[in-house]
Amino acid sequence: MCRETDMTELARKIAVSALLQPALAFAAGEPSFGLQPPQTFIARQIYDLHAVVLSICIVIAAVVFGLMFYSIVRFRKTAGREAKQFHSNTALEIAWTVIPCLIVAGLAYPATKTVIEMKDTTNPDMTIKITGYQWKWRYTYVDDGIDFYSSLSTPRDQIENEAPKGEHYLLEVDHPLVVPVGKKIRILTTADDVIHSWFVPALAVKQDAIPGFVRDSWFKVDAPGIYRGACTELCGKEHGFMPVVVEAMPEKDYQDWVADQHSKSAAAATAPQ
Amino acid sequence: MQVALDNVPAVAQLPHQGGILRWIRTTNHKDIGTLYLWFSISMFLVGGLMALTIRAELFKPGLQIVRPEFFNQLTSMHGLVMIFLAIMPAFVGFANWQLPLMLGAPDMAFPRLNNLSFWLLPFAAVLLVASFFAPGGATAAGWTLYAPLSVQMGPGMDMAIFAIHILGISSIIGGLNIIVTILNMRAPGMTLFKMPMFAWTWLVTAALLITIMPVLAGTVTMLLFDRHFGTHFFDAAGGGDPVLFQHLFWFFGHPEVYVLILPAFGIVSAVIPTFSRKPLFGLRSMVAATVGIGVVATAVWAHHMFTVGMPVTAQLFFMYTTLLVAVPTGVKVFNWLATMWQGSLTFETPMLFAIGFLFVFTIGGLTGVILAIAPVDIQLHQTYYIVAHFHYTMVASSLFGLFAGTYYWLPKWTGHMYDEKLGQWHFWLTLSFFNLTFIPMFFLGLAGMPRRIPDYALQFTDLNALASIGAFGFGLTQLLFAYIVIKCIRGGERATAQVWEGAKGLEWTVPSPAPHHTFSTPPVVE
Amino acid sequence: MIARAMTGAARNRLLLAKLSLAAVGMFGFGYLLAPLYDRLCGTERATQTAAKDAARQITRVDLARTVAVQYDANVHGSVHWSFRSLQKSSQVHPGELVHVRYEMTNESNEPVVGQAVPSYAPPAAAAYFHKIECFCFQSQALRPHETRSMPLVFLIDPAIPGDLPTITLSYTFFEIRPRKSA
Repeated sequence: MCRETDMTELARKIAVSALLQPALAFAAGEPSFGLQPPQTFIARQIYDLHAVVLSICIVIAAVVFGLMFYSIVRFRKTAGREAKQFHSNTALEIAWTVIPCLIVAGLAYPATKTVIEMKDTTNPDMTIKITGYQWKWRYTYVDDGIDFYSSLSTPRDQIENEAPKGEHYLLEVDHPLVVPVGKKIRILTTADDVIHSWFVPALAVKQDAIPGFVRDSWFKVDAPGIYRGACTELCGKEHGFMPVVVEAMPEKDYQDWVADQHSKSAAAATAPQ
Repeated sequence: MQVALDNVPAVAQLPHQGGILRWIRTTNHKDIGTLYLWFSISMFLVGGLMALTIRAELFKPGLQIVRPEFFNQLTSMHGLVMIFLAIMPAFVGFANWQLPLMLGAPDMAFPRLNNLSFWLLPFAAVLLVASFFAPGGATAAGWTLYAPLSVQMGPGMDMAIFAIHILGISSIIGGLNIIVTILNMRAPGMTLFKMPMFAWTWLVTAALLITIMPVLAGTVTMLLFDRHFGTHFFDAAGGGDPVLFQHLFWFFGHPEVYVLILPAFGIVSAVIPTFSRKPLFGLRSMVAATVGIGVVATAVWAHHMFTVGMPVTAQLFFMYTTLLVAVPTGVKVFNWLATMWQGSLTFETPMLFAIGFLFVFTIGGLTGVILAIAPVDIQLHQTYYIVAHFHYTMVASSLFGLFAGTYYWLPKWTGHMYDEKLGQWHFWLTLSFFNLTFIPMFFLGLAGMPRRIPDYALQFTDLNALASIGAFGFGLTQLLFAYIVIKCIRGGERATAQVWEGAKGLEWTVPSPAPHHTFSTPPVVE
Repeated sequence: MIARAMTGAARNRLLLAKLSLAAVGMFGFGYLLAPLYDRLCGTERATQTAAKDAARQITRVDLARTVAVQYDANVHGSVHWSFRSLQKSSQVHPGELVHVRYEMTNESNEPVVGQAVPSYAPPAAAAYFHKIECFCFQSQALRPHETRSMPLVFLIDPAIPGDLPTITLSYTFFEIRPRKSA
């Protein structure tokens, strides 16, 4: 009957079960446990930065928890331990102050380069203005003269649980943002009413849309595809219902789309009212 | 000749009057501490009900239980209630009970101000919770109240603003009282470096409170004026800027999270040495780390704003200061580990919660380092990763600190030992359910799930279900805690003055339960 | 007052008074942060007055390089007006005086009074953008269905650093309404 041993047993069980979370979730069908697969150069940098700092944190956690569990097992009074009455060691104090300083300095350097690159909106190939509304987005292609709204297209009855939910439930819109692949796209965000935020995880773009102000950011998509994101600043009751969908296509297909948009809006302008 | 009252049995030291009036008019630090603690635990239940409603809605995709407008009210009020009405008053309750006892003082410096500080709280609580019944409901702008959304809100927002004003006054007066008590009323011979870490952490906490609460008061006043009196602090139309609100709010808001954790550091710094039967390792560097955290904490606020579009220099400055504040925090963890090292450990419930604190705080703190990297934060800002991070540092760490302190000092307060077996159940269930609730949220955030949404895309389903199950388990387990506390008050094995074999400090030299008046004659500390 | 001659209670009260003063000071500091923010973050309020004087000092034109300036326009809230720049963008030499026009139409049946508020992307560009004459300096009143073309005259400071080759100048037009009771 050694209560402490029972408890350390239990401690190990709990720790293991906590770490089994990912395995449980994976078994339940969750495909990923990290950031979404990066689709831009910057997204890749961030993905790698995260991997590095997470690894360092896991090592630090392993050291801390290791020392902790070791102490729990080895230095128990019931095992007959007498406490050694030391309570200071200057060399140790200096070491565990300086080493973390070096670690954070080491992290700061690559992070600084990425921050500077993320803020460099010079020499874009095109500019798109993104306006946040309660509760939809508006995309204005400054160079190509295209302007449209983008709203959630998931039917209401799916949300109210009266119809089965589609594959892209809450991540689908009527008119996605269409962009060419491989071009540096500068985006200007603003808003009409309250603060919104335009976020596409795969492209690593998140820029607040602030009423009365423009803020710029940029991205360049590597590969064609559909990339889904969301509004990430609380903006009222439909905040969870104004997704972002970006459709990236090869340059030629993008030009065809632009021409198509122009002819559609010309037709709408001349159509009988 | 003055009879030293400290050794007179408790029964001979009844308070001056009984009944309700006693509690309304008391200026006794122990009574006021008790009031704060009961107030806090009831507010935890209120905030907890809100959390469970949120998690019930998020159990499955689709809207099942509440409308989105009400959901936003719940998330906003859950934050406001937990921070201002549950955690802060709990730590002030501990400060009230313990600081005079630990410092050898007969009471707080200003006992009547102390009474006022407490009694402002129920008024503020009623005002805040009643805002649910205002036209349009409670504020739904998040506990962070960003303009212009908060300018759009109905009268519930004004009620919250007034409640915040009242809470601010209570905190400021309380902070003033605590600083004067710590600086001026220590027993003779107790130099600053002889006083317990709990007093140090409260000294820094109180200094932060009087620095930041007035700024919050100014900020919500500006919001009130923008809402009703035609000013344009946060409105571009009149030459203002919504981002100014964020700067002002987070100038308060970031040090506020240190207000919520530093007293827990102090509690853990008392519990671990006692149950390791050795002194706290590195007292001087612990003090330096505490002060360092308090100072650097005032220079990191814009790491909550990495996506607003600040210039590069600002982005880098706040990334560097945020990484810097991790260093003294880590130093504290290492000092606690070194305290346990080669000690003679036992694992009564206070120690379980203190060790549990080390576990969850390390996770919370390290995820903070990850978030400090601004480019990574761009991906994780306003996602569930943030929700997980702050629940690990605030719920887990602050709350585990509070639990550790409660079990540690309950015998001193009540004269009875609590039920150790039930305490252990409380610990293991709390630790397990807490992790089950919040670990999935790290993965949800990495996968891109935003926060403050009542409904979500299908790939987030299973992790949300796990989190909801964990939340209900966690919430129900806290009913066990309430039962343990009540049971201990009503009876149990008699507690000695010393209570714990390894406990050191002035509070363990008075009988258990501590008499109504202690240290009327100050003890001499060598 | 000699500290050691004070009683304990008096010492406490003195410290309380000093700390309370600090708390009151922090309340004032909170309000001070508003103009401090304007100054440090180069908001329109702060840069506007400095702009005209700075512009007067500038005499040379830097013909060696150009800055691309994009002209953007937004209407806040109501959809009954249109507001646009008559030029999408221009290549501007730093120091050169530039004339641009914006056009505003009141499409509603009511008179409208509004204010245009500028914003710059990147924000650092604000400090180098000197407006000599701008429709944003005063409020604009439009009769129902009136269209007005409004001038903007500016120059870009030749001291502008090389890493700002593209600037977006964006105006948001806000209606100024008599304040309704809350």
